[in-house]
Amino acid sequence: MTGLAVLIPIALGMGLFGLAAFFWALRSGQFDDCEGAAARILIDEEGDTLP
Amino acid sequence: MTEPARQLADGAAETVLIVPGMHCAGCMAKVERGLVAVPGVSGARVNLTARQVAVRHEPGMGPLALIEALGAIGFPAQPRNDDIAPPPSAARPLLAPLAVAGFAAMNVMLLSVSIWSGATGATRELFHWLSALIGVPAILYAGRVFFASAWSVLKHGRTNMDVPISIGVLLATTLSLYETFTGGADAWFDGTLMLLLFLLAGRTLDAAMRDKARAGVDALLRQAAPGALVVGKNGTVEWIAARDLVPGLVMRVAAGERLAADGEITSGTSRFDNSLLTGESAPVAATAGDPVHAGTLNLEAPVDVKVTAAGQGTTLAEIARLMGAAGQVRSRYVRIADRASRLYAPAVHTLAALSFAGWMLAGAGLHQSLVIAIAVLIITCPCALGLAVPVAQVVACGALMRSGIMVKDGSALERLAKVDRALLDKTGTLTMGRPLPDPAVLDGLGADEAGVALALASHSRHPLSRALVEALTARGIAAAELAEVEEEAGQGVRGLWNGTAVALRRPHLAAGMATTLDIAGRAAWLIPFADRLRPDAAEALAELGKLGVTASILSGDNAAAVAETARATGLTAQAAAAPAEKQDAIARLQQAGYTVLMAGDGLNDGPALSAANASVAPGSASDVGRQAADCVFLGDSLLAIPRVVRASRRTIAVVKENFALAIGYNVLAVPLAMAGRVTPLIAAAAMSISSVIVIANSLRLVRAAR
Repeated sequence: MTGLAVLIPIALGMGLFGLAAFFWALRSGQFDDCEGAAARILIDEEGDTLP
Repeated sequence: MTEPARQLADGAAETVLIVPGMHCAGCMAKVERGLVAVPGVSGARVNLTARQVAVRHEPGMGPLALIEALGAIGFPAQPRNDDIAPPPSAARPLLAPLAVAGFAAMNVMLLSVSIWSGATGATRELFHWLSALIGVPAILYAGRVFFASAWSVLKHGRTNMDVPISIGVLLATTLSLYETFTGGADAWFDGTLMLLLFLLAGRTLDAAMRDKARAGVDALLRQAAPGALVVGKNGTVEWIAARDLVPGLVMRVAAGERLAADGEITSGTSRFDNSLLTGESAPVAATAGDPVHAGTLNLEAPVDVKVTAAGQGTTLAEIARLMGAAGQVRSRYVRIADRASRLYAPAVHTLAALSFAGWMLAGAGLHQSLVIAIAVLIITCPCALGLAVPVAQVVACGALMRSGIMVKDGSALERLAKVDRALLDKTGTLTMGRPLPDPAVLDGLGADEAGVALALASHSRHPLSRALVEALTARGIAAAELAEVEEEAGQGVRGLWNGTAVALRRPHLAAGMATTLDIAGRAAWLIPFADRLRPDAAEALAELGKLGVTASILSGDNAAAVAETARATGLTAQAAAAPAEKQDAIARLQQAGYTVLMAGDGLNDGPALSAANASVAPGSASDVGRQAADCVFLGDSLLAIPRVVRASRRTIAVVKENFALAIGYNVLAVPLAMAGRVTPLIAAAAMSISSVIVIANSLRLVRAAR
């Protein structure tokens, strides 16, 4: 039973960490432009210097 | 003109520009790099969903330099007009409650599984306390959405689906807290949180679908620049937004542009396409001194127009007034989920009260009777019912969107499913709404002649030239190589082809719309242009007939033009109808018991589109038409209309099946609950299984738009 005292806080802590990360993402505007974020990965940053 | 730049904290300024032409990663990179290369600009960030770019620059810069820089790399842009700025997202405020409900439901479920596995005594109490600690704040936070909605309808003495949800959730939470304090055997935090999670998921999906459709329609709306080039006193030309135009200003309107305000021509002669305003298909000639109206398209030559009325004084404003008065039929419409909850809520609450009274009479004691009554409320809480409508509608709207039909919201699908009478506008709806070259003449052109015509036409922005380019390109014609090409406004395009003089010019005999192709040494070709029926109009009307929808034409065009279309399609028709008469025609049909679908595109159709029970507009429609319609279809095919009617009927059929499934589950579970046999484990299992079944059934609509 003493294992519970360790495991439960760990489980809750990880869950809360995920929740906090999601809230941070929401606040910092990462859900403002989902379509653009999907397209942005295809932008070729070095494209201009290549032939 | 308002100053769109906004001061930032660090001394820089930010301007938001609308760039409708961006579609992909390549466009984003070009726009961002092109802007950063402008001196004075320190950063640019594209928002592709909103088709906007936010530019950080030195405070002194105006938007014109940025617009020019974007124009130079091929992206027409305009400053953001706050009137048409996108409405705030409906889905975003739901994301945080959804995340909280998800987090809490998973953690509490973990603890509950331990309890169901046989935890007793101090361990069970500890787990109940932990569940309460996580569950109560989470329920209060995630449930706000439902509590607020329920409270707002209760204040007006009405009810909706959120009322039984809120009562169930609050009672279950209170009971669970009591059990936790007194060390009881069962707490219901897991079931309550799972209920909130499922319901919020359904609601978020519904809101996300509406956001997506709105974004599509808004992107279309922004393509039409609401403004005009205004000629200043010393000959300077400046772009002014439509709402800032005042009587007395002189607008310079190029061929192919739409007028932004009513006015009088001061110089130049041209012909105007009034079809969006009145439904008339034949272009009207106008010269200096003639009045012209906002929303009409200048077809031939540039003209200067002195503004006589803008804003409130225009024909447009009159149409807007009519539209404001319409739309009562739609606001009176009650959504199917709310109709269901009107029957559902009293039934559920009666059952709970009956179980309480029954167990009291049987001598079970206050506590046990209350626990059983609350178990009934929890087990009947409309979990699957809350998903029954939104999931089906989201899946159907997604399928329709993939086939090029944007439905604005779920209630539009419900109203579309009921239509049994369709009224179709002629110009722009049954027909393409733009002049198309006569295919018989194009067939007659030799390959080299067609190549010359294409090359000449591609040098002009005149509407007839552009129609010719489109038609010839579609036939796979390759453009010939020309030299010394020049365009003379209002006259045509000239050039040299292998040393031979060639020209695409206005015909000497101006009968109807036409252009003449001259190649020195050969006979001239006269290419007539006319508005034509959409390619699959007949097929679409036949399908509507099969769906039991009687169609007829309701047009503002003159009787002769309408009669021709009526003969070609075999429909009955009403011609020369003013906007108010169109509304009357719809009201008459509604009084006769029909549910009316209006399909139209013009400004003159706006009032009719908002008065009808449901409405459809093509993507080529006027701003007013697209805003008033329930759904907008892209592309030229009229088959979109029967398709959306069929898809909406299938959606409603699936929604009804979902209701049957959800209620069927209740029929099985309620007797168990009333007998006092339901434990939190059974409630959680029943709730998840019924939700999964409803979602799976809704997914059958993925192919609804075929």
